[in-house]
Amino acid sequence: MSLVFDLVLCLMILGTAAASLLMRSALGGIVFFIAFGNLLGIAWLSLGAVNVALAEIAIGAGVTGILLILAHARLSAMGDPVECEPTSPWMRAAVAVICGGLIVLLSVAVLSISPTDRMGAQIATLMPALGIENPVTGVLLAFRAYDTLLETFVLLGALVAVWAIAPPGGWPQRPASLAIATPVSLTVIGTFSRVLLPASLVMAAYLVWTGSDLPGGAFQGGTVLAGGILVAALGGAIALPRADDMRLRSVLVLGPAMFLGIGLGGIALGRFLSYPVGLEKALIVAIEYALALSIGATLALLVAGKPVPPAAVQEGGD
Amino acid sequence: MSPLDLLVVAPLVFMVLSLLAGGWQRSLLALAIATMAALSVWLMTLDPGTAHVVGGWELPLGVLLRADGLAQMLVPAVTLTAGLTGLYALHQFAPESHASNAQTAAFWPLYYLMWSAANAAFLTTDLFNLYVTLEMASIAAVAMAAMGSVRAALRYLLIALLGSIFYLLGVALILSRYGTVDVTLLAGMAEADFATALALALMTGGLLVKAALFPLHGWLPPAHAAAPAPASALLSGLVVKIGFVITVRLWFEGLAAAATPAGLHVLGGIGALAILFGSLQAIRQESLKALVAYSTVAQIGYLFLAFPLIAGAGHAWAGLSFHAVAHMIAKAAMFLAAGLMLKAAAGPRIADLAGLARAMPLTVTAFGLAAVSLMGLPPSGGFSAKFLLVDAALRQGQAIHAAVMLIGGLLAAVYLFRPLAVAFSGSETPAVPAKAPSMVAAPLALALAALLLGFAGGPLAELATGGAPATVAQEPPPSLENTVKTASEDAQ
Repeated sequence: MSLVFDLVLCLMILGTAAASLLMRSALGGIVFFIAFGNLLGIAWLSLGAVNVALAEIAIGAGVTGILLILAHARLSAMGDPVECEPTSPWMRAAVAVICGGLIVLLSVAVLSISPTDRMGAQIATLMPALGIENPVTGVLLAFRAYDTLLETFVLLGALVAVWAIAPPGGWPQRPASLAIATPVSLTVIGTFSRVLLPASLVMAAYLVWTGSDLPGGAFQGGTVLAGGILVAALGGAIALPRADDMRLRSVLVLGPAMFLGIGLGGIALGRFLSYPVGLEKALIVAIEYALALSIGATLALLVAGKPVPPAAVQEGGD
Repeated sequence: MSPLDLLVVAPLVFMVLSLLAGGWQRSLLALAIATMAALSVWLMTLDPGTAHVVGGWELPLGVLLRADGLAQMLVPAVTLTAGLTGLYALHQFAPESHASNAQTAAFWPLYYLMWSAANAAFLTTDLFNLYVTLEMASIAAVAMAAMGSVRAALRYLLIALLGSIFYLLGVALILSRYGTVDVTLLAGMAEADFATALALALMTGGLLVKAALFPLHGWLPPAHAAAPAPASALLSGLVVKIGFVITVRLWFEGLAAAATPAGLHVLGGIGALAILFGSLQAIRQESLKALVAYSTVAQIGYLFLAFPLIAGAGHAWAGLSFHAVAHMIAKAAMFLAAGLMLKAAAGPRIADLAGLARAMPLTVTAFGLAAVSLMGLPPSGGFSAKFLLVDAALRQGQAIHAAVMLIGGLLAAVYLFRPLAVAFSGSETPAVPAKAPSMVAAPLALALAALLLGFAGGPLAELATGGAPATVAQEPPPSLENTVKTASEDAQ
């Protein structure tokens, strides 16, 4: 049964991947890409990697999907047909040979490896001291917290990078409005968006809290929050803030700054990023909540795009 | 307390502050330079090889930070380069305009992010952590390139992402093969099997894209030439060195077991081609910044040409470290000076520079001094680096390598004399707007530092060899003073 399921899943993953690559219409390609991301998430689930599955579905399919659809809508609004130029057969053949060769090499290499799990045992012995059960959270917020800290700054830097390409007159305004329809109150999405934002807040809070012991955590919670913000913005329930809004800036840096602050606090105890005994869980959860808020705001603004001049805000949507 | 993590964390604190207090960039920068200078001095006083894990989590799980000779040279050089470039940038991205100018508001957080990324990359021995530092640097670098040309930046972004994916693929293979991604542990475990060799090849491929080694350099000239001058200085000075240093960590330490002499010679050969191709392209350029950007393509070649020489006689390792530092400082000086010259000139072409030597003598001097180091003339840092490399090549009987390096120096003289000759030409003195003193001083100080580096050759070469990986030929540190003296006497 499980073998049949896995085989069907693999075929569907390959099929949606091929479809999204071969579609001439970009919108069709995007739709298959979103399906592909969701199927990949299910594949991670069946491998037992629930955290990865959550991240793949939320970011790989969800946020990226919205991003692609928005990009498509904006390109269409500019009069771009958004279709792929036909690729020359030679190009196709060359790419197929390169990718095929790489797959063969990788398969041989992967099959030649007998996996060693040196870290698993080490993680298992260290986990009880943290007071949390989810080893993924243990790795992300304690054992490899340094990587995670730097990654939160990558995300923050990505948003600043989007700001850097604001058009003349666009700084420090709002991103182009995402609102789909007017009058807002009459549309389905308008009502839906009002309900979904608070619901996503609750779900994000739950995901972060449960992330200590079960799959979940700051990144998953933050992505759900970003989804809620985006749907609310699409429905016109909220307007996205100006880039120089100090409240926005505070939310954006809250998570990374709290992570840094707690890390630097560890120096008083001897080591940067070491947690005082007994306070590990409290500090980890505090960092995660702050991070979830910052990640949610950052992801939503990354999808919304660069600030634009006020006149363009209303025309930006479709 | 240790400078190893603070050198990474301090710029991140400044990044947060710069996002919250846009109008205070001047004070923030002064504070950042003072902090980073103090931390760099502290780093240099550590014994080579000093290391500790972050947060007390032991290997193979945790992340090890280490101050080896290479890091002890590169991190202070980053402080010097980034600090002075920051002083220059205070005028190009004047904090007063942060409320109306997106580039000003974005530049400073990205600047601190890049500073942190460079230090993080030079100080860690963890292959996955290095991936994160590559991403930090790439995000900041792409955004800075976008301030000049969004088209060039997009191309850069796509290629940089491709490089990241290949690197990460290799890291995943290494993790499943050895159960660790720490270079110091891998050094004792790695075997020359197929999976390791493939991982090394994938990671190296990805890193060569990031380091812009010919023929994977295509993204660099448009991105570096179009970016604003301080951004170009950071891109050419800092960012390409990150990919290079990770390659060094892999080939001479972590996966040295899988690094065959043939592989080293391939890299060396590509490096030689990069020197020749980059130099010839630089000669052909009409625009000043494109010339300087192609010069980076050529100078990166030296770093890889040295690979097959490391294990043999001579002091190629010291030469390699020296060249990375000298190029970082001299190239930053050159881009900053070029930025000032182009602001004063009538257009972007080299022909437009006529008479500038009289109008802005200090800036043209800075350009000239940086050129001295890039060409490898004594007594500059570039000379010490190339001397050590050519000496090692000759001792090992690699006449072709030595010849390519010498020809590269001659070609550099050809392409760098051209803008200088134009700047000194003509009889009129074009009127140029007055520049802030710190804007003129920054490239001059960097160029002087690149020049004076040559006088510190002996101690620096000793520093570089300190804590060098076991694969490096262990010989007593060279005494550069004597060799420099003899060479200058020969020159006379």
